Amino acid sequence: MQNDINTFQLSNGIRVLLKEIHTTPIISQWIWYRVGSRNEKRGFRGISHWVEHLQFKGTEKYPGEQLDQTISRVGGMWNAMTHLDWTTYYETLPAGEIDLALDLEADRMQNSIFDEEEINAERTVVMSELEGNENEPLFRLNSAIQAEAFHVHPYDHDVIGTLEDLQAMTRDQLFAYYRSHYQPANAILSIAGDFDTAILTRKIEHYFSPIPTQSNTPEEIPQEPVQKQEKRFEIKGPGDALYIQIAYRAPCADSREFFTLSVLDSLLAGPSPLAMFGGGSISNRTSRLYQALVEKDITVSVNGDIQATIDPFLHTFILTLNPNADSQKALQVFDEEIKKIQQEEIPAEEIERAIQQAEAMFAYGSENITNQAFWMGYSSIFADYNWYESYIQSLLAVTSSDIQTLVQNHFAVQNRTVGIYFPTREEGHHAEK
Amino acid sequence: MQKNNRALQNHLPDARTIQRFRLQNGITVLVYSNMESKSLTIIGMLDSGSFRDQPDKLGTANFTASMLMRGNEQLSFQEINHKLESVGANLSFSAGTKNTWFQGRSLVKDFSMLLSLVFDNLTKPVFPEEYISRLRNQLLTSLLIRDQDTQERAALEFDTVLFKGHPYAMPVDGYPDTIARIKREDLIKHHNTYHPHNAILAISGALPFQEIETLVRTLFERWNPASEISEPVYPKIEPLPAQTRTHIPIEGKSQSDIQMGTLGPSRISPDYYAAFLGNHVLGQFGLYGRIGKSVRNKAGLAYYAFSSLNALPDTGSWEFNAGVNPANVDKTIALIIEEIARYLNKPLQDEELENSKSHLIGKLPMSLESNAGIANALLSIERFNLGLDYFQNYAERIQSITPAQILEASRRYLDPQKLVIISAGAEA
Repeated sequence: MQNDINTFQLSNGIRVLLKEIHTTPIISQWIWYRVGSRNEKRGFRGISHWVEHLQFKGTEKYPGEQLDQTISRVGGMWNAMTHLDWTTYYETLPAGEIDLALDLEADRMQNSIFDEEEINAERTVVMSELEGNENEPLFRLNSAIQAEAFHVHPYDHDVIGTLEDLQAMTRDQLFAYYRSHYQPANAILSIAGDFDTAILTRKIEHYFSPIPTQSNTPEEIPQEPVQKQEKRFEIKGPGDALYIQIAYRAPCADSREFFTLSVLDSLLAGPSPLAMFGGGSISNRTSRLYQALVEKDITVSVNGDIQATIDPFLHTFILTLNPNADSQKALQVFDEEIKKIQQEEIPAEEIERAIQQAEAMFAYGSENITNQAFWMGYSSIFADYNWYESYIQSLLAVTSSDIQTLVQNHFAVQNRTVGIYFPTREEGHHAEK
Repeated sequence: MQKNNRALQNHLPDARTIQRFRLQNGITVLVYSNMESKSLTIIGMLDSGSFRDQPDKLGTANFTASMLMRGNEQLSFQEINHKLESVGANLSFSAGTKNTWFQGRSLVKDFSMLLSLVFDNLTKPVFPEEYISRLRNQLLTSLLIRDQDTQERAALEFDTVLFKGHPYAMPVDGYPDTIARIKREDLIKHHNTYHPHNAILAISGALPFQEIETLVRTLFERWNPASEISEPVYPKIEPLPAQTRTHIPIEGKSQSDIQMGTLGPSRISPDYYAAFLGNHVLGQFGLYGRIGKSVRNKAGLAYYAFSSLNALPDTGSWEFNAGVNPANVDKTIALIIEEIARYLNKPLQDEELENSKSHLIGKLPMSLESNAGIANALLSIERFNLGLDYFQNYAERIQSITPAQILEASRRYLDPQKLVIISAGAEA
């Protein structure tokens, strides 16, 4: 097995990362665009995700239906995702079929049709996706947290957008957004699997080099000023469980503090899953917050989450409570644990455990070629591939003094937003035996 | 494509590389030594599940399985979890209608510890009162969350109607009132039905076969419970005589969920592969096959609309799901029924059948990339008696199925006039 990464840039600006893995005769290709909800202004909330949907509607060469069939019939798996900072498309398929994936992505980087009728049909599909999300109390709570935590930066809204903007956007606006962001200089191509690097490089040049370069002036994203005071709100909605979300403004991924925060998050609430494919998760029953909240019957679960983002985003905790439980008591116990972190030195064994957990998740994640290609591109969005390769080393370098410095500011009360979701219980509609 | 198929087949586990052995107490073990990975996964299954639950204590099997992680004769809840989490390993137990399941994963150096925990938790749990009370509270909260979930409520009602009179009709996780009644002695009683006879262990990962065999034999051959367990007798499931339509109102929901369908072939039925392939064309291929094309692409009604076969050891269900705006529920149901009728009217076209065949054959290696994927597949091979050369024969088996066989098999199960139709969500 060869684990070296080959990276280069085509003359039109596309950055390429290749990793040969010969364990299974498959290849996974990911193309990333530096566009997501971070790039969206008022009136356009949800446009990145909607454009992603429209990229499946076809080009002259690969009409919509054919596009879908072409990958599927060779046994390929393909999909796309839109996130805060990026939109990505992937194909994992038998190694002999890689030309198809290369041709298809090079084609839809520039030739998608954006038919008016298709756009209107997809408008209701996206609205239906939003309605499905809104069924979930945690989606509503999280959307409210983002809106409260950010007033200037576009991280203020969920990736799927708002009903109001989804109803109003026009074909021309969608098309203009596509043309301005789906450009070679804004793209990263990451491919892992059973190929020969020299041969694949020639193929990549063949398919992608002819795409013309466009000027790509980096957008100015308004940065959120430092939070000066704690924000708190309560919302009510259908449901039968009570949720508390506590969100601290977090450092960006490309900073030393991010690794310190990863260790802190791991010992407070268990490790966040590192890999979206194949890494899986590890239970958090020995974490500090589980011990203080769940083992003391104050909440039924607790989870933590940090996201690797370009700009500072959020470090969140979600506490799930029985509807009759005492939310203030839960918050008080949560705060006591935070205070301990701020006041007491963290034993070396807790840091060691966080590192061991990260090592195990890396090992699980490396079993999957799709996951490996994902990480090459993903880490290149907010840093570079070295960020992922040296992740464990970066955790090992975290010192107790790093932790002490970070916890004072990061966990300061004025750095957080707290939302509580109170269920409005509808009597008489419960499934009962 | 032919060349690709051969390259893919050469990498698949087969009778030469899968090791199978039986312990004296009746456990069958399948092992795949995957030295290219850095970890191991174990998946296992026992013949005990919610079919043994008393109707007024529904959820006992699931409660029991969840309690297995809460302390054994040697280790407390804290010690068990410390052992696992400090090295990034995982272990969980769960119950289904007929079986109790477990799944664990660790790095190579920790596998012996993981296997010991599987054995001790499975055979020597202690059911501490403190954790019974805590877990009960957690289970009750999860049932409250289930109560508000449109998809889960539709699925629950679907099973209740389709499998009426059979344990499959009852939710494995019970209801709030049945969970409230379960006592420690019920959990112990249920645990006493655990038995190695017919149990299956499937292991894939980076240790030589002999090492895995020695570890398994050393631990699991010791499991010889004294009690004999009676074989359950299940009622026969009859197809529905007519269509049924139920709406479950859940206020405040933006999206409604539809679940409709009927009985389907079991995993060991001679109809299985034909129905599986037919269903792939009908509601899976690409972005959800014919149904996705009609409901999502053409009408733009739903984010998801697909069909699936849930093939169980003795029966199955053929299910159609969609998530739509409450105002579009009836329109979507009509479109799905229309597609089912069209599907049953004439044989599939060659091209769409070929598309599905090459997709299913081509994607097989992707499901066998990770140790979890391989262990899952090994367990199915044993559970459904598929043969150790199942993956090698898969392409040929899929290729041999004809449009006429698909139509004939599908007509035995699907009737657009006799579907169970459930929707859950706000009133339109």
